[in-house]
Parts: sequence; C-alpha cells; structure tokens
Amino acid sequence: METHFETGLDNLKQQLLTMAGHAETAVNQALQALAQRDYDLALRVKKSDSIIDQFEITIDELAIQLLTKAPLATNLRFVTVAMKISQNLERIGDEASKIAKRARDLSQEPPVKLNLDLPRMAALALEMLKASLDAFVNHDSAAARAVIPCDKEVDALNKKIHAALAQHMVANPDTIGRCLHWMVVSKSLERIADHATNIAEEIVYLCEAEDIRHVHAPVPPPK
Amino acid sequence: MAETQNHSAALTIKNLSVFFGKNHAVKNVSLNIAARAVTAIVGPSGCGKSTFLRAINRMHELNPDARMTGEIKLFGDDIYSRNVQPVVVRRRVGMVFQKSNPFPTMSIAENVTVGLRLNGITNRKLLAERTEQSLQMAALWDEVKDRLRAPAVSLSGGQQQRLCIARALAVQPEVLLMDEPASALDPLATSKIEDLIVDLKKDYTIVIVTHNMQQAARASDFTAFFYLGELVEFDTTTKIFTNPAQKRTEDYVTGRFG
Repeated sequence: METHFETGLDNLKQQLLTMAGHAETAVNQALQALAQRDYDLALRVKKSDSIIDQFEITIDELAIQLLTKAPLATNLRFVTVAMKISQNLERIGDEASKIAKRARDLSQEPPVKLNLDLPRMAALALEMLKASLDAFVNHDSAAARAVIPCDKEVDALNKKIHAALAQHMVANPDTIGRCLHWMVVSKSLERIADHATNIAEEIVYLCEAEDIRHVHAPVPPPK
Repeated sequence: MAETQNHSAALTIKNLSVFFGKNHAVKNVSLNIAARAVTAIVGPSGCGKSTFLRAINRMHELNPDARMTGEIKLFGDDIYSRNVQPVVVRRRVGMVFQKSNPFPTMSIAENVTVGLRLNGITNRKLLAERTEQSLQMAALWDEVKDRLRAPAVSLSGGQQQRLCIARALAVQPEVLLMDEPASALDPLATSKIEDLIVDLKKDYTIVIVTHNMQQAARASDFTAFFYLGELVEFDTTTKIFTNPAQKRTEDYVTGRFG
C-alpha cells in the first residue's frame, strides 16, 4: 500500500512533469511564432506564461508540505531537486515569453535578410531541454551528464550570432531595431540552454547524490 | 567504514557479539566511536542498538544470561580485561536512560553528587563545586540554583532528564551513553536536550540511541544503522541521511520498513 508520503511525492512528480510539458511547449511555440512570423501565436505564448508561473508556486507549496514530514535520503534529494527544477522551468517560461514578445514585434516589421545560425542554436537548446527532462523522467544520470557539454556549443553560437548582428547593424543602420530583437532572441536561447544544464546537474544530484555544479569554476582570490 | 579518521577513536570495538542465552542480540559488530563527537545508533526495535550501548559500559552484565565475545577498548584500555571491575568502567562511561530516574527521596543537589559520595568523596566544598559545575554543563543550573535542596521529583520531566545528565557528568566520565534520552519529552524539552548534547561534545564522547531520525540528523556527527543485530552501515550522519550506501539503510530512513 502506498503511504501518504509516497502519494505526496507522486503528486509532486506529476506536477513537475506537467510544468515541464508547458515550458517545452512554450519554447517550441515561441520559436514557431518567430519562424512563421505568427503574431497570434506569439501573443498566445506570452499569455501562457502565467500558467507556468502558477506551477512554480504550486510545486513549492507541495515541496514545503513534504519537507515538514522531514524526508531523508532519496526522498530528501527528490523534494529539494523538484524545487530547483521548477525554478529553472519557470525561467525557461520567461525566456519563451521574451522570444514570443520579439516574435510579435518582428512579425509587424519587414523581415531582415540575415544569414544566422539561429535555427541550429534553437534546435540545440530545445534538444538540451528535452534531453534533460527525459533524463528526469527516466532517472537517467548518464543522459543528464550528456546534456552538459552542449551548453558550450550554444554559448559559442550565441557569441557568433551577436558578432554577426553587430556587423550587420554597422553596415545597415536602418535594421538596428530589428537586429536588437534578434539579439534578445539569441540571448534567450542561450539562457534556455543554461537552465537545461542546471536541470541536468540537478538530475545528476538526484540520481548519484553528487553535486557537480561549478566544479570547473575557478576559486576567486580572497579579498 | 565511516570517515572517522579526522577524529581520534574514544572506543575501538572489534567483532563484538552479545548473547542473551541462545539469542544472538549483537552480531560481530566492529566500529570506532570518534572522540568528542556524537555518534547516533539507529534501527528498528529489537535490532540490538540498546544492547550494543549497554555492552559499552558492561551494563548488559546485569542480566545473568548475558555473555559477550569480541573486544571493546576505551582509549586503548580493554574494558573487558579480567582485572577491570565493571564499576570502574561505568565510572568512565556514564549512562542516561530513556525514562528519567532521579532518586525520589533525594534533593536535586544530592542526586547530582550521589556518585561522588558513593566513591567516598565527603569534602563539602568539592561537592558543592561539582554540583554547580555539573548542573551548569547540563544547562540546568539557572533553573534550579535557588532550590538545590528541593526534592528532585519536583522538577519537570525535561528538567529531571537534564538532572540525570548532570548526575552522570558529576563523576567526570569520558564517554556518555544515552538511550533514547528525549523519547518521553515534549518538543521544547527535546530541543534543550539536543542542544545540550551538541554542547557537551566539546568535552565528551557521546553515543546516543534514538528512534528519531530527525534527532539523529540534528544532533549527531556519525550514524550507525543496526538491523537484526548487525551493523548494516556506519558513516557520517550527512552521508547516511542524504545518500546511504546500503539499500537496507535507504529503505529504513525513507520509512519503507521498520
């Protein structure tokens, strides 16, 4: 027989998976609105952000209820990780909303002729998000670890796109406004990849109890 | 084995088995208890944790059917050596029980000094000094300093338990054993006992048996998990409660059995 605590854990997991579904859909649709210059879809994505925000609050409430029962070992790791994943998903929702806002504005202006690596960057960021969420569902630490190196590739693409946009703006000052929108889109995709990486790191902690965050970060000198 | 290497061992226990008649209550347990640290012993009822604790100060010998094999060394001294009297071991290794047990006919001060007086100490100044010192260490002095001659049974349950801790400390033991010391107390009195345990580890080695996982998590540095008389796992408390190595430990601390 399932205990009340296990029922609570199942509920938390279901809420988190539903939230993840909403966040993934929001990113997909924001990119679709951008690619297809779809004003209405962009508006819908922006509006749907409040649903994801509400999930963050619900998940925190559920997690706090479970923490009052003082979970230990795997259960303790699951509850703390759920709170962190939901925070990252909420921010992914924010980034999807930012992309949608730029898609809305760009759809009202003539397209800029640019040859950016944005589709590749978007595909990579989306794949990272999907892979990290699959790793959560499957409790697959190796799959979560495989997500992490992709972040560097996305960072490099973001830099490349920024450089290309800066160059284009110098040569075509009339496109500055629109190019700035594209810069924001690129930055949002880079942040989505960061959040997917954070989620992957949390899943490694969930599965292996090993904290792999900031392992390569240099230690700042004492002041 | 737990990472106790940063602590010197107060107790070195090797292949300890305890029997009550044909019942093999503690099975071939080996572990080191770190000095000036708190070690919690957890496990379901009947797992041998209280018997293990009692073997550390030879209290189990009060049961005529009891016998032990193996070795327990207290700071290098074999406490089961033929020339060591149990009473000497119990002076070096004090014990506090689940239910507070002050002597009902004695005052608060008399309860604290009873061990010293039984050991022949009659110097009033020394007894008074040790009374204050022990009550201070047990965080009870401020509450009882104006009524030291009042009967010990006039104290609340939590105060009586701290009085028992003061009584154990008065003979200046090296190790303090606690068998579920807060299980009969309300949350506030429990919190005071736990704070006291953490304070006392500056000077004492403490071993506490508890059914309360959260208490072990709050108050101890190391945790040993016993099951069916065996030591299943021994490690730092953080490791045991966030990522135990053994499935049986994981199942127990997450409430899947026991």
